[in-house]
Amino acid sequence: MAWFDLRTKVFKMKDIRAEILDILQDDAKVSNKEIASMIGESEDAIAAEIAKLEQEKVILKYKTLINREKADYDHAEGLIEVKVEPQRERGYDEIAKRIYRFDEVKAVYLMSGTYDLSVHVEASTMKQISEFVFEKLAVMEGIRSTATYFIMRKYKEHGVIFVDDEKDERLVISP
Amino acid sequence: MNYEKYISKNVREIPPSGIRKFFDIASEMDDVISLGVGEPDFTTPWNICEMAIYAIETGKTHYTSNHGMTPLRQEIKRYLSERFGLDYEIDQIVATVGASEALDIAFRTLIDPGDEVLVPAPSYVSYMPGVRLAGGVAVPILTVAENDFKYTKDVLEKAITEKTKVIIMPFPNNPTGAIMSKEDLEGITSLIIENDLMVISDEIYAELTYDKNHVSIASLPGMKERTVVINGFSKSFAMTGWRLGYVAGPIELVDAMVKIHQYTILCAPVAAQEAGIEALKTERKNGFKQVKNMMNQYNRRRRFMYEELNKIGLACFEPLGAFYVFPDIRKTGLSSDEFCERLVKEKKVACVPGTAFGEGGEGFIRCSYASSMENLKDAIERITEFLNENGWA
Repeated sequence: MAWFDLRTKVFKMKDIRAEILDILQDDAKVSNKEIASMIGESEDAIAAEIAKLEQEKVILKYKTLINREKADYDHAEGLIEVKVEPQRERGYDEIAKRIYRFDEVKAVYLMSGTYDLSVHVEASTMKQISEFVFEKLAVMEGIRSTATYFIMRKYKEHGVIFVDDEKDERLVISP
Repeated sequence: MNYEKYISKNVREIPPSGIRKFFDIASEMDDVISLGVGEPDFTTPWNICEMAIYAIETGKTHYTSNHGMTPLRQEIKRYLSERFGLDYEIDQIVATVGASEALDIAFRTLIDPGDEVLVPAPSYVSYMPGVRLAGGVAVPILTVAENDFKYTKDVLEKAITEKTKVIIMPFPNNPTGAIMSKEDLEGITSLIIENDLMVISDEIYAELTYDKNHVSIASLPGMKERTVVINGFSKSFAMTGWRLGYVAGPIELVDAMVKIHQYTILCAPVAAQEAGIEALKTERKNGFKQVKNMMNQYNRRRRFMYEELNKIGLACFEPLGAFYVFPDIRKTGLSSDEFCERLVKEKKVACVPGTAFGEGGEGFIRCSYASSMENLKDAIERITEFLNENGWA
């Protein structure tokens, strides 16, 4: 009966926060008015909750997902596996900070497994990324080794499929 | 050659489908936003598709037993028990080609020529012709917006005669979105028992209820022995094209239904059965996460459509099940048919006139919200323009 009980909770209007986040995560352009309709709250309540989420930095930013292959200008992305020497008392944070402050670095994660930091970099060309790695990153104090992988094609990102236009296969009208 | 005389009287007399005309108009046009689709817009979850592909790759391409694969029926048994409190042995469960086949074999098993079958009106397009093909007489029971399109005891009482044998319970309902709660059902079970009726309960939308969990009439005292429960994978797992449904009921009736099933169908498609096992098993293990997620998405769209339609002046009652809203368009002075035809021609929004679902549908249109939020928003804008431009706002 476990899922039965779980499911009943859905009806007790999941807290408005979770609903708002779920809707905005999928589409940041949905208006407050529409969110209000969708979850059965007033527009004011939605606006207030979103303001709070922004203020608390739960919502950090509203961004646009771009298919660079179609945007038709030079663009390169790579993932770099970085092994580092953790520093006494400061662990990985200090070295991570030195890395994430570079503009070309779009994401940095501390990983479990055979390497320590995963660094996601973007630039106009692969050459620029290579230069960034051997001029800035690999030579940094505390870094033991790097391995760079270029992204060749994006199939799916943030839950969105890039490669094909899936169309509605349904009959226009059905009983 | 005149073929008319070769076509059986029964088939000749079945009227053409009320949605055909709109299908023809809408499918000729570009950029139509369709609110006329009676199936989920989600594609089947990939784990289910992947399992079926694997089954085909590993040579599962043969007949199965008439009843369907044992692991599938074990999963269905477990599902019906855990979800709706319905306890059946696996011999009481048969996998069918969609709920549609389940309806057909139930009709043909229960109905003798002249038997009367109570069918709510409006309701799904197949019941009336299905009853008729089985030789029965379908008796429409008018359900009205004022009663949230539910069956009520008074109306049923008046319709029951000595010939009444079966009552169809299609809740949550297509096209109205009506449900029958436990209390609503309790209000009519004594009448059903007193008149010794059999129930065909079409519960294909059981996973899509937005207020309370669906209650099967078979779970009420004294009802299991007189109910044939029909369900399937189409709506709850977005598996319409797989054609997989099932029927469960008293063993004597199930054995009789299998007689028809074995000679006309033999068995449900094996790949679909493998997919069905995966659907139920994985969802059960994951606490029905995908089903809940789909339901949650529908629920948002449901609220959106219900609110927006009421705001722009097309009154509708709050549907608590399935994925349809059923607004009242009588204030426009148009018939449902005219309204839908003009709406699709002038604004390229396709809906289905209520009349396609039988009596009681006049004055209403069915809008499906199994469509993306963008489409729904766009559709509402176009309907608003349509009302404004014609002075009906």
